[in-house]
Amino acid sequence: MTTTPMVEAVGVRKVYGDREVLKSIDLEVQAGEVVSLLGPSGSGKSTFLRCINHLERLDGGEISVRGQLVGYRRHNGKKYELRPREVAAARRDVGMVFQRFNLFPHRTALENVMEAPVYVKRRDKGAARAQARDLLDRVGLADHSHAYPATLSGGQQQRVAIARALAMEPALMLFDEPTSALDPELVGEVLEVMKGLADEGMTMIVVTHEIGFAREVCDRVVFMDGGVIVEQGTPSDVFGNPQHARTQAFLSKVL
Amino acid sequence: MTTQAATPAHTAHADEPIVRLRHPGRWVASVGLAVLAAMFVHFVVASPALRLDLVAGYLFEKSILRGLLMTLQLTVLAMLLGVVLGTLLAVMRLSDNPLFRAVAGGYVWLFRGTPILVQLLFWFFLGSVLPQISLGIPFGPEFVSWPTNVLITQFTAAILGLGLNEAAYMAEIVRAGIGSVDRGQNEAAQALGMNPLTTYRRVVLPQAARLIVPPTANQTISMLKLTSLVLVIGLPELTTTAQLIYGRNFQQIPLLIVASIWYLVLTTILTLIQNRLEKRMSRGVPGAPQGRRRTRPTAGAR
Repeated sequence: MTTTPMVEAVGVRKVYGDREVLKSIDLEVQAGEVVSLLGPSGSGKSTFLRCINHLERLDGGEISVRGQLVGYRRHNGKKYELRPREVAAARRDVGMVFQRFNLFPHRTALENVMEAPVYVKRRDKGAARAQARDLLDRVGLADHSHAYPATLSGGQQQRVAIARALAMEPALMLFDEPTSALDPELVGEVLEVMKGLADEGMTMIVVTHEIGFAREVCDRVVFMDGGVIVEQGTPSDVFGNPQHARTQAFLSKVL
Repeated sequence: MTTQAATPAHTAHADEPIVRLRHPGRWVASVGLAVLAAMFVHFVVASPALRLDLVAGYLFEKSILRGLLMTLQLTVLAMLLGVVLGTLLAVMRLSDNPLFRAVAGGYVWLFRGTPILVQLLFWFFLGSVLPQISLGIPFGPEFVSWPTNVLITQFTAAILGLGLNEAAYMAEIVRAGIGSVDRGQNEAAQALGMNPLTTYRRVVLPQAARLIVPPTANQTISMLKLTSLVLVIGLPELTTTAQLIYGRNFQQIPLLIVASIWYLVLTTILTLIQNRLEKRMSRGVPGAPQGRRRTRPTAGAR
C-alpha cells in the first residue's frame, strides 16, 4: 500500500467575480515535508493556502487532506458541500497561522492557547492549561502567559499564535506570510520557532517572502504566478537554476 | 572641554522655575455658579409652595413604592426580552441565510417604523380583532384554545409592547457591535475548528459586548422612563401613580419631585452597573482600565 499524501490538490480553481485567481492547481505534499509557496503578490499563493482548510470555497477541482476530501462529501459521483459544523470538525487536524496573528485580544496568551482544546475538543481545563504552559514554554514565552496580546510585540504575538495552533495537535500546519507584518528584527524569533517545528517532522506549507528560510528549511519550493504553479523543486534547483523566465525575473528582484 | 565653558550660562536659565498656565476665568465662573446654586437652594428651602414636607411624606408612600416596583419590573423584563430577541435578530441579520436576513430586516423595519404608543395599544386591544388564540394545525383542527384577553393582560401587553419595540433597536446596536469585530477573528476561530455557534459565543460576542454595553445602558435608562407610556393601557407605574395622587390633591410639583427622585436613584444605580460592566468588558484593551481578571497570575503555582 502506498502512503496517502498529507495534502493532495487536483485541478483547484478559484474565481473572484470574473477574475480567475487559481487556474487548475495540482500539488501533492507528503507527510513530514516542508513546502514553501513563493511568488509575487496576487499570484494566488495565499488563496490556495486558505483553500486547504476551506476558508475559501473552491470553484473547481478538489483538495484532500490525509485522503479526506476537504469541505465536501463524495456521493454518487457528485461532491456535496458540507455543513459549517462538519467543515469545522475537519479543520481540527490542520493548524493555521495568519499574517496578522489574529489572536483573541480579550484573552491572555495562556487563554488563547487553551481556548480550542477546551471549547472544541472538550478537554479538561487543568490538562489544557498544563499543555498550554508547555507550548508557551516551547515558543519561549513561559514568562508571558498572563499577558494580553496588545501588550506583546508582534514577534511574541506570532509565537503565541503558533502555540495556539499547535494546541490542537495538528498533523499539518499552514503559515500565511507569518513574518510579513513583523518589524525586521522580530522576524528571526518566529522563523526560529518554525525551524524547530520543521526539525521535529511537522508537515508545513508556508507562504513566505523569506527566501533565506525557504532555502534553509524547506524540502521543496513551489513558485506560483498568475494563479498557476510555474515551477517547483528543491531550493537549490529553484534558486540556483530557475528554468522559467518568470521565476528568474522574480528571483532577480528578491535575491 | 569647550562645552563646559558654555554650561554655566545655560544652567542659569535652565534652573528657572516653570509657571503653569493660569485659568482666572474658571474662578470667576465658579463664583457665579455658586451664587446661582445658593439662590436655588434658598428657593427650595424657603418657598412654602414647594411643600417639601409633602415630598418627604410621599417618597415612601405605599402606592408610590408599588408604582416604583412596577416600573422596575417593566424595565427589567422589557429589556431582557429586548436584549435576547435583539441579539438573535442581529445574528439572523448577519447570517448567510437569505430567509433569516429578510425576516430580521422586516422585523426591524416594522417595529422601528411604528410609534411605540401604537404598539402598546395594539397588543392591549389584540383581543378585539383576534378573540381566541389556539394551538393546532394551520387551517385545520385546533387542539387548545384560550381567549386572547385572558392570555394578554395589561402587564403582558406592556411587556410585549415595550420589549418587542426594544428588540428592534437592540438588534441594530448588537449588529453594529458584531460588525466591528475584525474578520480575522472569525477566521482564526474557524481555523481552530470552532463551529459557528462556539465562534459567536467565545470569540465574536465577548468582543462585540465591549461596544454593545454603553448604548445598551443608554437604552435601559431610556426604557426606565419610557415605561410611563403604559399609562395608556392603565397600568399604574411610578409616573402614573404620582399623577393619580396629584389628580386628587392638586399637589403636582411635590409629587413630580417624588417621581423624579426615584428615577434619579434608579438611573444612578444603572450608571454604576454600566461602569462596572464596561471595566469588565475591556479586558485586553490597551489603555482601558482593567477589570478583574478571571485567571489569576498566581494560578501557575497550582
